[in-house]
Amino acid sequence: MIGGQVFVIDHSRCIGCEACVHACEECGTHRGTSLIHLEELDPGVSTQTAPTVCMHCEDPTCAKVCPADAIKQNEAGVVQSALKPRCIGCSNCVYACPFGVPRYFPEPDQMMKCDMCFDRTSQGLAPMCASVCPSEALWYGTPEQFAERRPGQLLSEFDFGNQRVRTHVATVVHDRSDGPLDVANMTVRERWQDDPFGIGAEYTKVRP
Amino acid sequence: MARPPLSEQDLIDRYGPHLNQAPPGGWDSGLKVDKVVDTHCCFCGQQCGIKLKVADNQVIGFEPRYDFPFNRGMLCPKGVKRYLQGNHPDRLLEPLERDQGVDGGFRSISWDHALDRTVAEIRRIGEQHGPDAFAMLSGVSLTNEKSYLIGKFARLALGTANLDYNGRLCMVSAGAASKRALGVDRAPNPWSDIPLADVIIVAGANVAECAPITTSYIWRARDRGAKVIVADPRVTPLARTADVFLGLRPGTDSALFGSILHVLVANDWIDQNYIDAHTTGFDEAAAAVADHTPKWAQEVTGVPADRIIEAARLWGTSDTGMLLHARGIEHHSKGVENVNACINLGLATGKYGRPGCGVCTITGQGNGQGGREHGHKCDQLPGNRDITNPEHRAHVADIWGCDVAEIPGKGITAQEIVEAIHDGQIKGLLSICFNPLVSLPDTTFTREALNKLEFYAVIDFFLSETAHHADVVLPGSLHEEDEGTVTTVEGRCVKINAAVDPPGQARRDWDILRDLARRLGRGQYFDFDNTQDLFDEMCRASAGGSADYAGMTWDRIVAEQGIFWPCPEPGHPGTPRLFEGGKFFHPDGKAKFFPIRYRDPAEVVDTDYPVWLTTGRVVSQFLSGTQTRRIAQLVEQYPEPLCEMHPLLANQLGVASGDRVTVTSRRGSITVPAKVVETIRPDTVFIPYHWPGDKAANTLTNRALDPISKIPEYKVSAVRLEKATGHINVTDTRDTRLHDGETPEATR
Repeated sequence: MIGGQVFVIDHSRCIGCEACVHACEECGTHRGTSLIHLEELDPGVSTQTAPTVCMHCEDPTCAKVCPADAIKQNEAGVVQSALKPRCIGCSNCVYACPFGVPRYFPEPDQMMKCDMCFDRTSQGLAPMCASVCPSEALWYGTPEQFAERRPGQLLSEFDFGNQRVRTHVATVVHDRSDGPLDVANMTVRERWQDDPFGIGAEYTKVRP
Repeated sequence: MARPPLSEQDLIDRYGPHLNQAPPGGWDSGLKVDKVVDTHCCFCGQQCGIKLKVADNQVIGFEPRYDFPFNRGMLCPKGVKRYLQGNHPDRLLEPLERDQGVDGGFRSISWDHALDRTVAEIRRIGEQHGPDAFAMLSGVSLTNEKSYLIGKFARLALGTANLDYNGRLCMVSAGAASKRALGVDRAPNPWSDIPLADVIIVAGANVAECAPITTSYIWRARDRGAKVIVADPRVTPLARTADVFLGLRPGTDSALFGSILHVLVANDWIDQNYIDAHTTGFDEAAAAVADHTPKWAQEVTGVPADRIIEAARLWGTSDTGMLLHARGIEHHSKGVENVNACINLGLATGKYGRPGCGVCTITGQGNGQGGREHGHKCDQLPGNRDITNPEHRAHVADIWGCDVAEIPGKGITAQEIVEAIHDGQIKGLLSICFNPLVSLPDTTFTREALNKLEFYAVIDFFLSETAHHADVVLPGSLHEEDEGTVTTVEGRCVKINAAVDPPGQARRDWDILRDLARRLGRGQYFDFDNTQDLFDEMCRASAGGSADYAGMTWDRIVAEQGIFWPCPEPGHPGTPRLFEGGKFFHPDGKAKFFPIRYRDPAEVVDTDYPVWLTTGRVVSQFLSGTQTRRIAQLVEQYPEPLCEMHPLLANQLGVASGDRVTVTSRRGSITVPAKVVETIRPDTVFIPYHWPGDKAANTLTNRALDPISKIPEYKVSAVRLEKATGHINVTDTRDTRLHDGETPEATR
């Protein structure tokens, strides 16, 4: 949390418009390079998309696996891009991050990733992506503002198999007391989605 | 004959679209920001607030405008990258005249030559064929001030009845239906009403892609527990989370809405007190759908009957509710009927004039609302007045200082103008802010028509595909180069501020039109020095009309973050919500039901053309793409039109995602890659229409018009599909590459 503000991702609100992708490119610390991820989860089957900023782990896996000690957290908990003089471009961090966030750029031979728009957030402004997001899938503010504005509870613990990851960025769940989010088991569907167009038996030809 | 001087490819090589990748001087230019200008996005009717960052008379970036209440900083991809249309290599910087003999097909000329030749041709055509043989086509990306000016310019300077605009392809079905049912043409609610609704029906509106900011309003309603019902042939991103999804067959909207009304009546889920007190015509409307049972509607629409009943139950039993509709139900030969069928649902349940209650069109174009009110519609005068009404004409003649007889009568509509050009009735054309070669149906026909023009002059900032046909090109102004007002989807009039001056010899649009008027000897009616003068005159002209701006001033609009019309006198607070207390705008104060029975679309599938085609937009492109096909990041997001089809249809054709397919209608044929998705009906394909030439979806679409609104039936055509040779990768790999710099495959 920077100045008491928390970054929230609510995938159920994402409409895949990519405003965040374009706005990320406008971030003052890495102008011209977009670092946010936006993925189609089940292309051709669902329009569900998922935006991913760096989750800014409390104990970042990317930093732990870096053989050059190039990945640092600042005093606000923001995990930064690899330090240019140290980064050896090995991509250990790229493969190790449970959220798939860091990317290696051959030019300038460095791992770069979301730094939570530190130029903005350190001045009290929302990050670019959370500023423009038209569906509030990406949101930035205090937990009190969140509670006032929206239902759901903030959760920032995730289980990846045996690895439990605590992050500064939060996601939204119905009930936090259900415990950490098991990312391997998250399917929720409305019933009509089993057959959106009421095709019936014929549909088994494409969706057995 | 207005034929392009060179091949399309040669003109594209010279005039674009080329792709602007980065702000002036590059991403690391280090240019120092001299000023930050509060304004609005240049694209859709949401009119999001945005701040433009300016250095050395160039827009170099943007900053979210958190203080503007509609979008609070939010933007869609087009809004984020809109600033890259400035300092563009394709920008027209000097007047041009067609000359096959020169490199590029157009030669640079002086303003005097360009304007004098245009005036000479207007006069020649007028003298030889009458003033109505010279037409003007306009558009509603233009401000209110320019819209007002164009209405006056066409009538008093050109003297033609034949002025119409590209809103004819957009909001006219909704406008006509609202006017005849409710007595006024405006979405009845401020968008802040949406989160207050207990049930929301979204009908024929791909909100997530075409009005992205509206998503947050719907999500906030859902946060409160509202039920969301989506009617669409595709599971759009918004539909994904709907409580009830009505995946109807294209062209069957009035069967669906009629059946919902049938269920409301059958179950007494209506508000009889409201109907009795505030409406007329209910019994006829109910009788018209007496046989529109859910079982019948299931056959017609393809939507399971139980879902129709559930949608009706949610709408009829919720205290508050909003129905949002857009081009999906309006682009039909029954566009007006479809909208009236929606309005019937609102009136029958008393869902008007209260917080969280209303039936609203989601206006598409930037100034779709204001533009249509102030006079560049062939049948209207400023203030939403009727050009055939003697009192309305007299009022406007008084403001204009002309004889009533000098104002021509009702002209023909945009598509009819193109047909009259094709027929040889109209010989000359001046256009601004309109790219009919991409946006009108039946592209081949439109091209033939343009080729027949004796003279064509165009005012634009880029050389659009239509402008390839021009005799004279007059370089006009971009949105950020002029000031004025626009009226948003909510009916809120907001202020556009100029960030920079037009580059090169380009001039502001109003300055070009004033100069033309003076050279036509009609300068006495165009004696203004700036857009504020125009605004003040427009407000006076609107006074007493239904779209009454008389109480507005620029200062108030800025101070109050926009004013909702009607605002009939100084100090009036404006009218965010219409119809409070059940007061409608007809002389008797009541709203009118219209009896709407389902009828078939103009074209239906048969054995030769067995598949339905529907068209629409993608989030990263805007309308005919004149601006957005020139911005690299937006093009990369969705580079070319794809034909969406269901796997059941794809399997029949032996087609996989990325295989090229030839799509053929009675009008023509295009070949595009397939995108195989389970989110579309198996009997329907979808192709977005933003592209020209051999990628133009409108090559396939039908020129059938709604009898009242004269909107073309873009949303329903019959086609056949065949697998073609070739394959491209249509999977978006931009974000799945772990290492940037790998040889990128063709994206999507």
